[in-house]
Amino acid sequence: MLQINNLHVELEDEGKPILKGVTLTVPAGEVHAIMGPNGSGKSTTSYVLAGRDGYAVTEGTATLNGRNLLEMEPEARAAAGLFLAFQYPVEIPGVGNMTFLRTAVNAQRKSRGEPELTAGEFLKAIRAKAADLQIDAEMLKRPVNVGFSGGEKKRNEILQMAMLEPTMCILDETDSGLDVDAMRLVADGVNALRSPDRSFLVITHYQRLLDHIRPDVVHIMADGRIVKSGGPELAMEVEQNGYADILAEVADA
Amino acid sequence: MPDSAVLDIMTPTVEGQGAPDPLAARLGALPDGGVTAPARADALSRLRAMGLPRPRDEYWRYTDPAPFTAATPAAQPVDPAAGDPPLFSDLDRLRIVFVDGRFDAQASDDLSMSGVSILPLSQAQAQPGHWVGAAYGQLEQAGQTPVARPFAALNTASATDGVVVHVTGRAEKPVQILYRRSGDAADVVCHHVLRLDAGAELTLLENGLVGARGNLLIEADLAPGAQLHHVAALRAGNPRVSLTHLFARLASGSTLKSFTLSVDGAHMRSEAVLDMAGDDVVAHVAGAMLGDGSQVHHDDTVWVTHGGLRGESRQVFKKVLKNGATGVFQGKILVRPGAQKTDGYQISQALLLDEASQFLAKPELEIYADDVKCSHGSTTGALDETALFYLRSRGVPRERAVVLLVLSFVADALAEIEDERLRDRIGERLEDWLTARASGVAG
Repeated sequence: MLQINNLHVELEDEGKPILKGVTLTVPAGEVHAIMGPNGSGKSTTSYVLAGRDGYAVTEGTATLNGRNLLEMEPEARAAAGLFLAFQYPVEIPGVGNMTFLRTAVNAQRKSRGEPELTAGEFLKAIRAKAADLQIDAEMLKRPVNVGFSGGEKKRNEILQMAMLEPTMCILDETDSGLDVDAMRLVADGVNALRSPDRSFLVITHYQRLLDHIRPDVVHIMADGRIVKSGGPELAMEVEQNGYADILAEVADA
Repeated sequence: MPDSAVLDIMTPTVEGQGAPDPLAARLGALPDGGVTAPARADALSRLRAMGLPRPRDEYWRYTDPAPFTAATPAAQPVDPAAGDPPLFSDLDRLRIVFVDGRFDAQASDDLSMSGVSILPLSQAQAQPGHWVGAAYGQLEQAGQTPVARPFAALNTASATDGVVVHVTGRAEKPVQILYRRSGDAADVVCHHVLRLDAGAELTLLENGLVGARGNLLIEADLAPGAQLHHVAALRAGNPRVSLTHLFARLASGSTLKSFTLSVDGAHMRSEAVLDMAGDDVVAHVAGAMLGDGSQVHHDDTVWVTHGGLRGESRQVFKKVLKNGATGVFQGKILVRPGAQKTDGYQISQALLLDEASQFLAKPELEIYADDVKCSHGSTTGALDETALFYLRSRGVPRERAVVLLVLSFVADALAEIEDERLRDRIGERLEDWLTARASGVAG
């Protein structure tokens, strides 16, 4: 599914290296988590994969189902099956949530050569999915993320994910700013989407989210590299001892 | 009967030198004003006294008056291929059509409607004793102090036609002024006079293609409790030299809400002079404009005077500029002594889609009362790259994402249109224009 090989990235303006050789493979149907201290490059990894401006790839590759992501426009990556749930979903006043989502769904379908959904078909699909995430009709009508609470914004991200049906989902600190109930709701939404042909890369600071979304593999990132990978027990270790032990152990090796 | 003013203007005032008089050249032959003749003669003498604007005048620093002062407009070919889907055609409304600035009875609807009496100016002024004789030019003249507005006086002096509307009750449907043009060089001067009795309500729509050059003026006199909603949308896709004026006098408890959409065009200035004379007046004036190309220059000049208690005014202007277009905003809130509990608000914002475009804003507050709330703001910015990335990351192609973000930017101005149907029509028109532009089709 997703293959990142020796990825080196620096900030375009400052020439400051952020990723220093990230190598990571997420097979189809698996859930991988990336944990790591602040500034280790977790969010940068997600932005570079999704195609945000401002980063220069100096070395390495990233492919999705064999296609070179790094050469594609952000919208083409989305159409190819990549989805990034933002840590800070963007507010867009004056553009209705439904209008936005329908535009996105149909743009992706069009670029894949699939017929666009009619207004009726779209409405039917979104109603069912919104209900699962406890998103009411009023929230769908409101402008994108405007006046939404932190929890509503994150639920809206998951709704977009459910509607767009990507194959590779990246969640960038989706748990930040969520209370326990909201986190459970979001996790349930993610779990409902798990399938043998859909993979997840979950970026988080805390093990708590991983109690709800059980990962197959946990990666520890530090200073722009994956320094250790393991099973879910690695997240427990971080939760109990922090990163210091792991980083020291890696440094000694 | 020859009007003495007409004779006067045909004679150059600079005597003995044989120099051409630019004002005489600009005015040409004046129409017979009938009952409005005295007001026209007065406007002409006022105009002579103030002279045409010069680039160094305080309120003409940012907008070159030359295209408006030129004796004749540059010819703008009528492009029959330029499609113009009717804007308000699905609404039940009363249409008044002006072709090259003259009333076209054949193309217009029957002008009778309950609660409203409507006549073209050309007919009203020919009726001895018609009330328009006393009203014509009055609010325009009042609006000349403290800032001279020569082109408004020129309009009063030389208007060839317009519509005269007396609203006595609640108009059963909107009145639409629809401009059409037939000639390449039509130089249009229309003067509309609206009088709303106490508690009367009218929605006025204004759209179409005015001419190669237009000088349009509305005088609106609102009695206590009257409501006027005005939505104007000037046609896209044509180089156009255009001046519009709105002069309104608002008695106690009256409401005026005016919105103008302007797309393309060449050299445009839109002036609003609102006199909130009574108590508890609500006056909102808003505009959205989209300009593409270095020939586009669009100026909104607004002067709101709070004269009564508890007045609420809003000025909301949004300009989207690309490929070297220029936007100008000059907005004033004047709060007179004693106009306590005034709530005045003003915002002007420009979205610059490239570095070649520019926005010039001059907000002014002048306050002589001590218990008021006034705020103003002005911003100039580029597209929000984070929002653009957010939309694209969902699969929305860049061009479409830009359209959505531009619509998002102007949404606050559109929100000033109270009638949802009208707001939707204007929003659709905007989106069509943006989409056509984004896909490379000239709008």
